[in-house]
Amino acid sequence: MSEAAVHDDHHDHKPTGIGRWLFSTNHKDIGTMYLLFSLLMFFVGGAMAIVIRAELFQPGLQFVNPQFFNSMTTMHALVMIFGAVMPAGVGLANWMIPVMIGAPDMALPRMNNMSFWILPFGFTLLLSTFFMDGGAPAGGWTMYPPLVLQTGNAFPFLIFTVHILGISSIMGAINIIATVFNMRAPGMTFMRLPLFVWTWIITAFLLIAALPVFAGAVTMLLTDQYFGTSFFDAAGGGDPVMFQHLFWFFGHPEVYILILPAFGIVSQIIPTFSRKRLFGYTSMVYATVAIAFLSFFVWAHHMFTVGMPLAGELFFMYATMTIAIPTGVKIFNWVATMWRGSMTFETPMLFSIAFIVLFSVGGFSGVMMSITPVDFQYHDTYFIVAHFHYVLVTGAVFALFAAAYYWLPKWTGHMYDEGLGKLHFWTSAVFVNILFFPQHFLGLAGMPRRIPDYAVQFADWNMVSSLGGFAFGLSQLIFVVVVFKCIRGGDKVTDQVWEGARGLEWTLSSPPPFHSFTVPPKVTEESAHG
Amino acid sequence: MSKPRTSMLRTLFLIVVSFTSMLVVTPAWADWALNLTKGVTPISHQVYDLHMRILWIMVVVAIVVFATMLWSIIHHRKDKGAVAAKFHHSTALELLWTAIPIAILVVIAIPATKTLIAMEKTADADITIKITGYQWKWEYNYMGEDLTFFSVLAADSRAVVDKTSDAKPEDIDNYLLDVDNPVVLPINTKIRILTTAADVIHAWWVPALGWKRDAIPGFINDNWTYIEEPGIYRGQCAELCGKDHGYMPIVVKAVSKAEYQTWLVETKQKIAEASSGADREWTLDELMARGEGVYKTNCAACHQANGEGIPGVFPALVASPIATGAVEDHINIVMNGKAGTAMAAYGAQLNDIDIAAIITYERNAWGNKVGDLVQPMTIQATR
Amino acid sequence: MSDSETYFIPEPSPWPVVGSLALFISFVGGSLFLNGSAPMFGSFILGLGIAAIIYMYYAWFSDVISESLAGRYNSQVDVSFRWGMAWFIFSEVMFFAAFFGALFYARVLSVPWLGGEGAGFLTNAVLWPDFVPEWPIDVIPNFSKFTASVYDDVIHAWGVPAINTLILLTSGVTLTFAHWALKKNNQKGLVRWLFVTVCLGIIFVYFQAGEYHEAYTELNLKMTSGIYGSTFFLLTGFHGFHVTMGTLMLAVIMFRAMKGHFTHENHFAFEAVAWYWHFVDVVWLGLFIFVYWI
Ligand code: HEA
Ligand code: HEA
Ligand code: HEC
Ligand code: CUA
Ligand SMILES: [Cu+2]
Repeated sequence: MSEAAVHDDHHDHKPTGIGRWLFSTNHKDIGTMYLLFSLLMFFVGGAMAIVIRAELFQPGLQFVNPQFFNSMTTMHALVMIFGAVMPAGVGLANWMIPVMIGAPDMALPRMNNMSFWILPFGFTLLLSTFFMDGGAPAGGWTMYPPLVLQTGNAFPFLIFTVHILGISSIMGAINIIATVFNMRAPGMTFMRLPLFVWTWIITAFLLIAALPVFAGAVTMLLTDQYFGTSFFDAAGGGDPVMFQHLFWFFGHPEVYILILPAFGIVSQIIPTFSRKRLFGYTSMVYATVAIAFLSFFVWAHHMFTVGMPLAGELFFMYATMTIAIPTGVKIFNWVATMWRGSMTFETPMLFSIAFIVLFSVGGFSGVMMSITPVDFQYHDTYFIVAHFHYVLVTGAVFALFAAAYYWLPKWTGHMYDEGLGKLHFWTSAVFVNILFFPQHFLGLAGMPRRIPDYAVQFADWNMVSSLGGFAFGLSQLIFVVVVFKCIRGGDKVTDQVWEGARGLEWTLSSPPPFHSFTVPPKVTEESAHG
Repeated sequence: MSKPRTSMLRTLFLIVVSFTSMLVVTPAWADWALNLTKGVTPISHQVYDLHMRILWIMVVVAIVVFATMLWSIIHHRKDKGAVAAKFHHSTALELLWTAIPIAILVVIAIPATKTLIAMEKTADADITIKITGYQWKWEYNYMGEDLTFFSVLAADSRAVVDKTSDAKPEDIDNYLLDVDNPVVLPINTKIRILTTAADVIHAWWVPALGWKRDAIPGFINDNWTYIEEPGIYRGQCAELCGKDHGYMPIVVKAVSKAEYQTWLVETKQKIAEASSGADREWTLDELMARGEGVYKTNCAACHQANGEGIPGVFPALVASPIATGAVEDHINIVMNGKAGTAMAAYGAQLNDIDIAAIITYERNAWGNKVGDLVQPMTIQATR
Repeated sequence: MSDSETYFIPEPSPWPVVGSLALFISFVGGSLFLNGSAPMFGSFILGLGIAAIIYMYYAWFSDVISESLAGRYNSQVDVSFRWGMAWFIFSEVMFFAAFFGALFYARVLSVPWLGGEGAGFLTNAVLWPDFVPEWPIDVIPNFSKFTASVYDDVIHAWGVPAINTLILLTSGVTLTFAHWALKKNNQKGLVRWLFVTVCLGIIFVYFQAGEYHEAYTELNLKMTSGIYGSTFFLLTGFHGFHVTMGTLMLAVIMFRAMKGHFTHENHFAFEAVAWYWHFVDVVWLGLFIFVYWI
């Protein structure tokens, strides 16, 4: 029986009905499910953000009690990070990696489906805690003990959510590694891989190395709570700060897990719309590797105020500053790609340009925070909140929007509504800055984060920020309209879609056949990365 | 296509320029609380200078990078007839833009290291204060002075938060930034500050002193300060510590050394007065009156002013089995707390009269009608 | 069969979604049990979930085995499986790394600090003046919560743990013998050596259980015995769990070997389990050295 299943299952002969989605072994269907799920979670997490911003609209308690406010903050972060941004990244990887490396599918298609289907169950587990005695977790997404041990009935649900999502991500990462290492078409050498694929392999390694540590750390929380161990309790010889070390050993690589795929996306888009090859491909690859490697040695910059010995503070300060160097290389390479290109500014390009500018703004505040003695002032204020929303929202989320616009025509075979796309971009880009830029001022002026109510001198900027937040949130509805319209119909697009696009994905029809490459394509230097 | 292009350009320009300019004008707006405070200690000045130096460097880097990009966006556009060049790498350039950031970072790292080392020099302090974070108040212990007291959110702010007053935040002086007992410190004195916590992690932060430090249960962190100007400096808890994390402010009152000495004597006297009378019989009315006040400052944050608690998180005391049951159990839980929960041991925090008053109050308020009263002497006997 | 000109893509399969559901059910059950809101119901649900997981594994692997036996896998699939298994094991390594990290942190940092060394001078002087740092710690810093279970002694390296080390090392060797037998297509030898390996695994778990029994009944060494007991039981416990799983996997492989599922060139399942077993072995060496010995 040497003929492969692919041949039984002829090109557009798709499984039908609900079974197509429940039992899927198809990377595109699974990718689509990932992407839709993450969009849903973006709105769930966004709705929580709106509650936060509404409460902070003016001083005094308006809508929610402080306990519920803390639940909102905690769940907002968990849903956004683990439900929106990570699954969106995995969804894109699922859709694009096989078509970018010339494979028919992911290496382990059944496991791929399990990685996805765990997610809806995992978030059911997490979101159900809202209806429990004691409410949803309210100890912050960082889950520091001893506070997190005061969580009510939700506590084990929180821990197990981490476990189950960890299982999903690790399986996803293993799949990506197996696919890239094993399924490349002949001629697709490593140094010809599109950068999106490169950033994803590195991300996959980060996932496999970081997530189990997080799982281990929360397991210790569980035993401290229910089995009388004292890992995080000085009374028994442990240390609450130990949890922070374990958490951030995971947590810092985690933020690069969120941003590296975004770097990959931007590295695909900028050359396409500059009609010019990516500048410094090799250094891009090395910079990505360097960022990932360094990310395991900087974790304690989140903990400068816990009172580490001087040597520790210095080490983590220097190490953290170092990350600016490879990241700078990336920024400069993008600018150099645009330099003397022949640029047009369709929506994906607009989001990518905004990404470069606004991510850098977040990166600059990151460098400021890496300076230990000054971070003593910044730490746990809105300055931090501003920093990480710049890198997460205008960084990761903007890149995801760029990716969606860039590949939607490929996925659906239809052009999206460029007018609406531009509208979405301009409203988002303007309002997101009204939302987050003033938070720098708030932080510097002394407003702590994670508070439901604040002193009167912080009122003005909070109001501005909230207004920006509402407007930014509403702007996201445009995106839903664009996606919906594009799936329903629109102008037919060519295989290449974009004039400057290069790479294997643009050699397939739009939309691509059900099993992407049933016969491996031959890859040459010319047809390789953009 | 030309309309979106010009509007795009304009807006992009606006974004870049307005944000860099916002950063640039920041120092000029310092009074308007846009920027970090300069503070009132030598360390806080160093930190402020460091902050400004890095901020400026970042602004310059931003301008260079974004301006290059903007230039390219304006000139290298397809509709202007730009034809894409073919180059795609340059080792010299790549080395250059690795080397320049390294140089910049070194320039930042040197003063940063110096400041950090200066901050760690806690030895040779004249006085030492131990600060303990509780959910949700601060305890100040003047070591060697036999002086310990608690400091909680001022009553007028509390009333707004609890919605027991109709006042608006704007009507109150220093809403959320005021306490009942400020911590008083002498100026021009090296003060060593130890931080720790009793339940969960808190962080003690007064921006004007130039640093914050976590208060971690079971561990002591040390730090120091040297205040140069008398005044009142306000801060807040800066580590999420549960429901009322937003409501545990800090107020430092810096006074001359002489005033500090007088204050020490007076405060010690006041505290002694408050706990005198523990050896006499108290009446129900006396205990109820005192109990209400002590309950509000110490217990209401969790069990609520009306005694109804927060379902699932903090139990109601109204009709609770303990508050209406055997008095020994009631005394026991208040004196010793309950390990592993947020209920702390108040035996170590309050004097005998206050504990007797609280327990009496809880047993006879909000419709609890046990009718018994607990005498301070009974509490004394359990110690 | 191993032509890479064509690919193998499995048909749609119900097991992944069944597996996700089973995990969900187990975790709901476990949570209800642990938080005490519905312990009886929770443990019932947990049992149900675990049964569903076992069933899912059985069904999923049955599919894989029959596809493999039908010769539908080419060498590319084989390599994918290898990558998958290898990185799964790496993720397990990192999971143990967290627990070892906790052990080192306690031994090198938190216990000495509480005892007044280095950065902990004030911590000790102000908060725990009576605490003397030692490992294994004798007296736990304080607190009514933990003093109840100060232990009399710990398990020493050169008793049962040393024997267990020998057992595991031997099992690694016997497993290699099984592999050699398989490579020579000596099916009898394969089964025989696998059987010996499984037995060694069972003996190991049996000894470990005896050790726990002794700790709890005679030494008063418990999970609640402060950081020493915490790290001891968590590390050895998770390892013991892995040995148990490994033994089960070996047993399955043994039964499959008896059915003649493996040929000298096509036996990835065997190798995967062997890798896993060696990994468990290596982790034990770490445990023996850092938990029991030094
Ligand atoms: C996508 C996510 C993401 C990314 C990419 C980053 C990137 C960086 N982060 Fe951020 N960070 C977060 C997400 C992220 N962070 C989150 C979520 C938190 C808060 C968690 C919590 O507490 O809840 C946080 C918190 C955080 C802290 C802790 C602050 C505190 O709590 O006190 C610090 C401190 O050092 C820090 C630093 C940095 C640095 C130095 C980078 C660098 O990687 C940035 C590098 C980029 C640039 C520097 C810009 C481009 C470079 C150039 C143009 C070259 C020239 C530049 C120079 C010479 C300087 N981050
Ligand atoms: C990828 C991660 C991610 C993303 C995308 C976001 C997106 C947003 N975040 Fe979030 N945030 C975090 C990660 C993220 N955040 C993290 C890690 C924390 C720290 C948590 C902690 O302290 O533990 C945090 C904390 C945090 C805070 C601080 C809370 C506190 O400290 O008390 C605030 C406050 O403004 C905030 C706001 C927002 C807003 C307004 C958005 C917006 O971008 C959201 C926009 C989206 C929508 C609004 C949804 C779409 C639209 C609708 C649903 C239509 C209806 C809309 C209206 C009616 C207006 N976030
Ligand atoms: C930080 C929050 C917090 C504060 C402040 C607090 N308590 Fe409690 N209290 C709790 C919690 C939580 C419990 C439940 C403990 C348990 O799980 O049994 C509790 C339980 C009790 C009970 C037993 C109620 C019952 O029927 O189970 C009494 C009585 C009590 N507290 C009195 C007080 C008094 C008196 C004060 C102030 C001096 C106080 N509490 C302050 C959190 C708090
Ligand atoms: Cu105490 Cu926050
Ligand atoms: Cu970080």
